[in-house]
Amino acid sequence: MGQITLSAVTKTFGDVNVIPPLDLSINDGEFVVFVGPSGCGKSTLLRLIAGLEDFSSGKIMIDGKDATDAPPAQRGLAMVFQSYALYPHMSVRKNIAFPLKMAKLSQAEQDKKVDNAARILNLTNYLDRRPGQLSGGQRQRVAIGRAIVREPAAFLFDEPLSNLDAALRVTMRQEISELHQTLKTTMVYVTHDQVEAMTMADKIVVLNAGRIEQVGSPMELYRTPANLFVAGFIGSPKMNFITGAEAAKHGCHTIGVRPEHIEVAPGGIWQGTVGLAEHLGSDTFLKVRTETVGELTVRVSGEMNLHHGDRVSLGPQPGKIYRFDENGKASA
Amino acid sequence: MARKTTATREAITTVAAWTIGFLIFFPILWIIILSFKSEGDAIKTPLAVLTSDWTLHSYAEVQERSNYARHFWNSVVLSLGSTIVALVIAIPAAWSMAFVPGKRTKDLLMWMLSTKMMPAVGVLVPMYLLFRDFGLLDSRIGLVGVLTLINLPIVIWMLYTYFKEIPGEILEAARMDGANLRSEILYILTPMAVPGIASTLLLNVILAWNEAFWTLQLTTSNAAPLTQFIASYSSPEGLFYAKLSAASTMAIAPILILGWFSQKQLVRGLTFGAVK
Repeated sequence: MGQITLSAVTKTFGDVNVIPPLDLSINDGEFVVFVGPSGCGKSTLLRLIAGLEDFSSGKIMIDGKDATDAPPAQRGLAMVFQSYALYPHMSVRKNIAFPLKMAKLSQAEQDKKVDNAARILNLTNYLDRRPGQLSGGQRQRVAIGRAIVREPAAFLFDEPLSNLDAALRVTMRQEISELHQTLKTTMVYVTHDQVEAMTMADKIVVLNAGRIEQVGSPMELYRTPANLFVAGFIGSPKMNFITGAEAAKHGCHTIGVRPEHIEVAPGGIWQGTVGLAEHLGSDTFLKVRTETVGELTVRVSGEMNLHHGDRVSLGPQPGKIYRFDENGKASA
Repeated sequence: MARKTTATREAITTVAAWTIGFLIFFPILWIIILSFKSEGDAIKTPLAVLTSDWTLHSYAEVQERSNYARHFWNSVVLSLGSTIVALVIAIPAAWSMAFVPGKRTKDLLMWMLSTKMMPAVGVLVPMYLLFRDFGLLDSRIGLVGVLTLINLPIVIWMLYTYFKEIPGEILEAARMDGANLRSEILYILTPMAVPGIASTLLLNVILAWNEAFWTLQLTTSNAAPLTQFIASYSSPEGLFYAKLSAASTMAIAPILILGWFSQKQLVRGLTFGAVK
């Protein structure tokens, strides 16, 4: 069980309206990622679900029960914090057992559950250490262990990987995804990293200034972004936007072309000069200054040997042009 | 760039530091010296004092004339009692100010501290009358109450500073883990703040032990602590330096030893939060 429904939820801090009325429903077992730029209200939304912030208005239902006024512990949710929030004075074992102790479980039961969680998370050899003696990745695993033992209706993750280095982040990302496959529990995950969102989510909720811009599967958002914001936010490198005469040719205000949907080949419709070539090995990102449509980012194969100052001819792949009206909404 | 230190410079600072330290400690040292002299020798010139015979006579006489053990026990009860009561009140108070501050929390903290700036004698008469009417004169309970109240602002301030250093997310994690307010304070906040609470406790014990205004005004014998014990040797009929010094040495020795052994903790406590 782990169905969460938010209806007409709002949050204001003083005069600042952080979350305008918002509706969202999260299905049981789903991996939902809240993504958006800093300050878009994604963490606030997660804290509202957790019960760490009070709603200004609206209602939250967890598994069909009204949890609007329920304190955090009674919502049946577990949270993993950005800073891990481990208890520094307790051993790993005691950290993981803390929620069980609070639930007044017998010592035998506590031990059984802690050992089980430690086994799943490869922490068995570290149970007697203090958090200060662990690496970042291990600390994160302890934080997850503390969440697992509660057998919550849903896990809430607040940017859990942002304090880790790049390599560890990839590993932990996979571990969390695997954990979701194993436990099949609802997970709500907040990140500003769209790569994390794309790779982990069943469903992505793109937030901007507290509003939901679009909800959908990663590929839905990639293929059919609802507006300019989502089109620009999902996908890396970011989509190229072209306005003016070129857009008018397609009967809209703005057109968008993803860097991977632009081909470098003789006879292309746009001519330009390579300003910067970033060689990543498998791919190369080109910044091309065109004569007609401004600067374009282009993703080409790493095999292609292009450098600063080279003249290139570019053209969008057929059927890969996104069209947006003057309000930024996608048009057919 | 680190500042260059030459050997001469270091020697000068060392000598200066020791001199200042010695000057500050000198009155206590002089009391200790006088306590080992006879009454006759104690009023001689300093040089003569140092060269005269050493004796334990004053200590013996002080022991005979008054009950040191009772005063000592009263001091222990008053200082520890008032500190424990203050901590029991201050921990939740500092928790709420540090983690759920309101609009006026800063003002409230300033106001509490400002009460320390008021001269105690200003409220002597009302306090005395209250004590008289409630039958609290010369009682330990009454004095524990007064000592708690006068030190409470400092205790709350110190704990507030410590608690501010504890990340709020850890307490939120505890709340998510099912801890109620009591468990949160008992299992998470207090153990994490142990160094801070320990130095607050030490400082408050020292302040309460040395408190000499209210303890002198509101006690006579039953609840009289060591401050009263010292004062009983300064009488209008004349001062007996040697006996007064012996009494003083006996009164300050316990707290001096406590302070000596806990100085690391105390310094850390007083400078905590000053540097991130």
